[in-house]
Amino acid sequence: MTLVLALEIFLAILVVAAAIWTITARETFAAVVGFVTYGLLLALVWMSLSSADIALTEAAIGSGVTGILLLGATARLEVAEKSIAARSGTALHLVAAIVCGLVTIGLATVVLALPDPAPTLASAVAANMRAVDLGNPVAAVLLAYRALDTLIESAVLPLALIGVWSLASDRFWGGRPGVQQRPDRQGLMVFLARLLAPFGLLTGIYIVWVGTDAPGGKFQGGTILAAMWILTIMAGITNTPPTGRLWLRIVLITGPIVFLAIGLAGFVVPGAFLAYPTGLAKPVILIIEAALTPSIAASLGLLLAGPPERMPEG
Amino acid sequence: MSYLLDIFTIAAISSGAFFFLAGTVGLLRFPDALTRLHALTKADNLGLGLVVLGLLPRAQGPLEALKLVIVWLLVLLASGTVAQLIGRAARRGSFLE
Repeated sequence: MTLVLALEIFLAILVVAAAIWTITARETFAAVVGFVTYGLLLALVWMSLSSADIALTEAAIGSGVTGILLLGATARLEVAEKSIAARSGTALHLVAAIVCGLVTIGLATVVLALPDPAPTLASAVAANMRAVDLGNPVAAVLLAYRALDTLIESAVLPLALIGVWSLASDRFWGGRPGVQQRPDRQGLMVFLARLLAPFGLLTGIYIVWVGTDAPGGKFQGGTILAAMWILTIMAGITNTPPTGRLWLRIVLITGPIVFLAIGLAGFVVPGAFLAYPTGLAKPVILIIEAALTPSIAASLGLLLAGPPERMPEG
Repeated sequence: MSYLLDIFTIAAISSGAFFFLAGTVGLLRFPDALTRLHALTKADNLGLGLVVLGLLPRAQGPLEALKLVIVWLLVLLASGTVAQLIGRAARRGSFLE
């Protein structure tokens, strides 16, 4: 017990150290590397709290996808960065530090003021697990009791993508994102993509499938699928799709639309928004997960690919 | 029998931890990108390999043991490829200080 406690304290110190290193790093690139390390350490913290679902999400989205987005931003900022760094003086840093400090103190106060044991709905979730016929209580919360949150989350991704696409110049609208990647001569990336992508595809689908009964789910699995897609694009084996294509836009919105349609159908059968018909909860949830996975994978992949940068063809 | 397996696990994981330690020292102390990569990939390959070897007798069944081995193989693939990519970039001069 004391050994576990010592490990947890050590882990907490590492997380704080990584956070401090990230905000004090001089170069943006170094700060992003620090941020990714911080996210992976945080995933270990979630694992030590037995929250495998959150650990997976933190590692895949909080650290992985966000890290790559920030790396892309770093590369684009390189030119402008010096002038930005010159403009933001000590006063701005001080204000940011004070605001962040106040938020930290506020959060710490709230967490430390919780009664022991903390108020929980876990027993209510456990008591009603039979009604939705799922093995993973996290999936039951996300897709049954708090399905509205998940619906809004799934709608946020296409909206974010519209935001990224609207950064494109008018002449590139509807074109392919990113620059054309050539397969490298020594074939290193091609080798990795050919070997890893089938395996990643299988793992991604497995994590979505197992999500209703064990840690996993559409966001974690979708991230792996998106990563494999990006890997094949980086290796030059596949190309980014033209953003103007109708099929692509249908894939992007099918998930949220199916989810919304099932939610609206709830008004007719059980009589409330997002209520599932009795006895059919699990099949309906599986349909939602299956519809959302390609949308999430495509949205994340295209978010990583960035705004259209090539002329639309034909 | 279980006593022997315990000793095996402790010995293998300790050697694995030693390789991680040595790799980290190498990463911090070696003079340039290529030698640092050399130190780092030893930690991934041998260190993780020994840790996985030590954990094999603890696996719940053959399937879990297989998963552990696959994790090691995937890390081998990733670290080997990334080491090549970084090494190539270093040779071109973009990572040399």
